[in-house]
Amino acid sequence: MKTLSFVAAMTLAGAIAGAAQAESPVLTVYTYDSFVSDWGPGPAVEAAFEASCGCDLQFVAAGDGAELLSRLRLEGTRSRADVVLGLDAGQIAAARATGLFAPHGQALDGFTGPVGWTDKDFLPFDWGYFAFVHDKGVVTDPPASFGDLIASDLKIIIEDPRASTPGLGLLLWVKAAYGARAGEIWRGLAPHIVTVTKGWSEAYGLFLEGEADMVLSYTTSPLYHLIAEQDDSKGAALFDEGHYMQVEVAGRIAGSDQPELAEAFLAFVRSPAFQKIIPTSNWMYPAFLPREDWPEGFAEAPMPAKGLMFGPEEAVEMREQALGEWLDALSQ
Amino acid sequence: MARRPFAISRVTLAGAAALGLVLALVLGTLAAVALRADAAGGLRAADWAALRFTLLQASLSAGLSVTLAVPLARALSRRSFAGRGLLITLMGAPFILPVIVAVLGLLAVFGRAGLVNAALGRAGLGPVSIYGLEGVVLAHVFFNLPLATRLILQGWQEVPGEHFRLAASLGFSARDVARRIEWPMLRAVLPGAFLVVFLVCLTSFAVTLTMGGGPRATTLELAIYQAVRLDFDLGRAALLALLQLALGVGAALLALRFGLPEAGLGAGLDRPARRWEAESLALRLWDGLLIALGAAFLLVPLGAVVARGLQGLMALPPGLWAAALRSLAVALGATALTLALALSIAALAVLRRVPVAGAAGVLGLAASPLMIGTGLFILINPLADPARFALVVTGAVNALMAQPFVLRGLLPALARIEADYGRLADALGMRGAARLRLLWWPRLRPVLGFGAGLTAALSMGDLGVVALFAAPEQATLPLQMYRLMGAYQMQAAAGAGLVLLALSLGLFRLFDRGGRGNARL
Repeated sequence: MKTLSFVAAMTLAGAIAGAAQAESPVLTVYTYDSFVSDWGPGPAVEAAFEASCGCDLQFVAAGDGAELLSRLRLEGTRSRADVVLGLDAGQIAAARATGLFAPHGQALDGFTGPVGWTDKDFLPFDWGYFAFVHDKGVVTDPPASFGDLIASDLKIIIEDPRASTPGLGLLLWVKAAYGARAGEIWRGLAPHIVTVTKGWSEAYGLFLEGEADMVLSYTTSPLYHLIAEQDDSKGAALFDEGHYMQVEVAGRIAGSDQPELAEAFLAFVRSPAFQKIIPTSNWMYPAFLPREDWPEGFAEAPMPAKGLMFGPEEAVEMREQALGEWLDALSQ
Repeated sequence: MARRPFAISRVTLAGAAALGLVLALVLGTLAAVALRADAAGGLRAADWAALRFTLLQASLSAGLSVTLAVPLARALSRRSFAGRGLLITLMGAPFILPVIVAVLGLLAVFGRAGLVNAALGRAGLGPVSIYGLEGVVLAHVFFNLPLATRLILQGWQEVPGEHFRLAASLGFSARDVARRIEWPMLRAVLPGAFLVVFLVCLTSFAVTLTMGGGPRATTLELAIYQAVRLDFDLGRAALLALLQLALGVGAALLALRFGLPEAGLGAGLDRPARRWEAESLALRLWDGLLIALGAAFLLVPLGAVVARGLQGLMALPPGLWAAALRSLAVALGATALTLALALSIAALAVLRRVPVAGAAGVLGLAASPLMIGTGLFILINPLADPARFALVVTGAVNALMAQPFVLRGLLPALARIEADYGRLADALGMRGAARLRLLWWPRLRPVLGFGAGLTAALSMGDLGVVALFAAPEQATLPLQMYRLMGAYQMQAAAGAGLVLLALSLGLFRLFDRGGRGNARL
């Protein structure tokens, strides 16, 4: 009985919500869960866009980045999405292959990343570098390369590439930096790996509890502690090989019933109003905000000298190969 | 079964309906995923390695959990001390905590920076790493020892006190009691307890990966996860899920074969048992030691969870309480559904002598939550917005997964009641509602109370499928906790974990106490 009345209550709530929003057009944006959480950019983005669009922006959260793409593939042309926000650059080939996306139509000059961006379908909105984060009090002489790390007695925690985006990022990082030698590097890293977790949260949580000296995260992680917690104790080790980049992209759905609104939203994503929200809520670098406008702390933070990244098709090809090497090296 | 002409249709109907719902949720969703696949999937060499590891870790974990649970349950069954009830409740905590919270608690004791290594360091010994198969088994024993202990304790509780009285008057030693009374009871209870723990460990994935230290500890559930997320190979995912189900059903059939309940222990007067044979000082000290060790193993990591959580209570965000209410509603709905399902299936299995119904009832535990979620999404999406059903679906899946636990306790208890009192009740013409109220209810109350408590607590703490479905404003408490972690707010997340622990344990205690009434268990 409880279940039944529950269904009734939910349906009623849905109907009321639907009636209240009938007057203005609805723009449906699919994104990942943490984007729309109370601590993510979602609430501020919604308020800022709705202030000017004369519309109702509705976020639909679909798990994490990987589940976002799965959901689109499951829904196919029946998808209610007008815009998808938060795919990873490594998913672009698969996303394009669905045939669901239309060109974004935005200018790409002024992209703040170290490599140019030319994709006509997917618009970057933020980016970051993967990096090993440590406590500066514990690791006083952080490694400056994978070679240093292998030669040290440091212990690290990484994420599983089969289940998490940073894990996959590290896999491609080693592959991009070392190519055919990637397997050898992984065999060298293996004894340093305390454990491999399902996702970033588990890994970072274990790191903060002192289970390892370093954790695979982002160069921006120390900035969170510095800016949000006034805690200067964390650092990100900069590697000479360069750092693999994560670029998060947005795209609009070709079959959308709100094409103008969708385009307007993508233009908004590229604008300073959206870009200024990103750094201290998503803890990534804004893709189209000149560096002098970055918040205090972001502009001054040390940056890797070199960014590494595979093209969309190359990333898929390398992933298969690198995953095999990773499994071989770590299963011995 | 001609002797109860009226009851036949109702029992059969309810049982068939419950079984149908379980099968639809497990197999129907699997079929939906398989049909949606672009190509027939094939298994890879790595999948067979995952199968082997899954089988190995689940067998070891279940074997060790049950082996350790027997002496602990025995010690608890024959001792009474202040705080015994509270201890039994608290012991259930690891099982119902969200995985990451429990793992962090465990690592606070056994991890690289944990208490054990700190003590070893002070003694001049090097750090010990628990990551690996031993870590997986340790974690699974931590989670499942309390559950196994409770299931086995229930067995002791159901031995009529008169048996022990008779044994004492015959001058039985502790060894005689073990051979004549306890062993036959264990023989009936152990296979079921082993099966439940085995099934819990079968679908384990985040714990296994984290404690296993790397991809050597790949289970089938992780392979399913990879097939869906990374490769979007739904055919292969469905095959893997089928393989996992086959393992679960195989284990259930084996348990059924070895664990047929003996033909009733004979009726008693439902009085608490006094254990004359175990009143020597040596045995009292031995039991005290066992209880202290068990309690320390389970409660010290829990203390770490509480300590971390207390620091985070100040940082709790306001939206947390709404999420907690939502979780409560889901938990209560899931509990009602679970009891209805388990009671219907148990009645079918026992009254209609369809033991395979009991085995099919455990399917819910061997099913992959990700597959059920994906399948339900495929089924609901063309008809309605899945977000609208997020909480209902979460509750239903929780009920499906908790129902085997209830069934496990219910089946032997009901079988015994029917063996002991069935004929008398028939002769008195006690059927339908009267039989349920006068015969079953008083005797099943502890089992049902425990089952309800377990379901409610599990459902509170389960992330389940809600993340796949939920609209941003519909977060449950566990989802809210994971969101906090994802936003670097580890301390607030620890606080949310403590709130979750308190609510889950509160619900568990409420139902469990209600069920036990004045009984001694």
